[in-house]
Amino acid sequence: MDNRIEKRIELKAPVSRVWRALTDHREFGEWFRVRLDGPFVPGQISRGQMTYPGYEHVKWEAVVQKMEPERLFSFTWPHPKSFEKGEALQDYSKEPTTLVEFRLEKTASGTLLVLTESGFDNIPSDRRLEAFRRNEGGWTEQMKNIEKHVSQKP
Amino acid sequence: MSPRNRSQIAARRQPRSRIFAALGDETRLALVAKLCSGQPRSISQLTNSQLTNSRLTKGSRLTRQAITKHLRVLESAGIVHGVRSGRESRFQFDPQPMAGIKEYLDHVSAQWDQALSRLKSFVED
Repeated sequence: MDNRIEKRIELKAPVSRVWRALTDHREFGEWFRVRLDGPFVPGQISRGQMTYPGYEHVKWEAVVQKMEPERLFSFTWPHPKSFEKGEALQDYSKEPTTLVEFRLEKTASGTLLVLTESGFDNIPSDRRLEAFRRNEGGWTEQMKNIEKHVSQKP
Repeated sequence: MSPRNRSQIAARRQPRSRIFAALGDETRLALVAKLCSGQPRSISQLTNSQLTNSRLTKGSRLTRQAITKHLRVLESAGIVHGVRSGRESRFQFDPQPMAGIKEYLDHVSAQWDQALSRLKSFVED
């Protein structure tokens, strides 16, 4: 089963510019619509408050994983059950998390940004699933349908 | 990312982590594979059909009791449903929970599209 999201987008801006937009917490906050308390530091929790209209009550929390200058920025963040007023959690510590990775590559016209979000399920290995794909027609069919659906809406 | 869609879909995905957890086991995946290919099957049928499926259970046959336990986990996640058939229970595959996962991924995906397009305007302006 496809348990990751991948996006590729060409940006007409130098890698250094994109890197700053991703990793400077104020710049990140502007396009992502969140007000962050402080800079991103690998291994540390990033906290803040969403600024997206109507969702200012939603807390932002992520754990910064990697910051490899102009190459890779990653963090894990929670997927809580609800963001609605009154249901939005104050404590995300027990919520399932996913890994978000931004990878940058220099291109002729600027920068290729590859975003992945993974870990939506806890199936340990894709290779294990390969075995089922080969063995079981019905399962293969089911998985194909799901994958097709997900990949048709990139 | 727009929290709106995330929260709308959240209301319908209550058992999502349970679905993922239920699928995160080889034996249960094998059972789902067997059941999603068609008609409901009884515990005896599922126990006996392991012979053709030995690599999925690492060569060791599971007892009827173990199979039952796995079926209960799948049932609690809504992936299979027990149906009475005469004196025995048969188990039937329900595609809905897995369709729900797909729908959730679609929503998260759409939100990234929006966020990345805001990033694009931000760095290109």
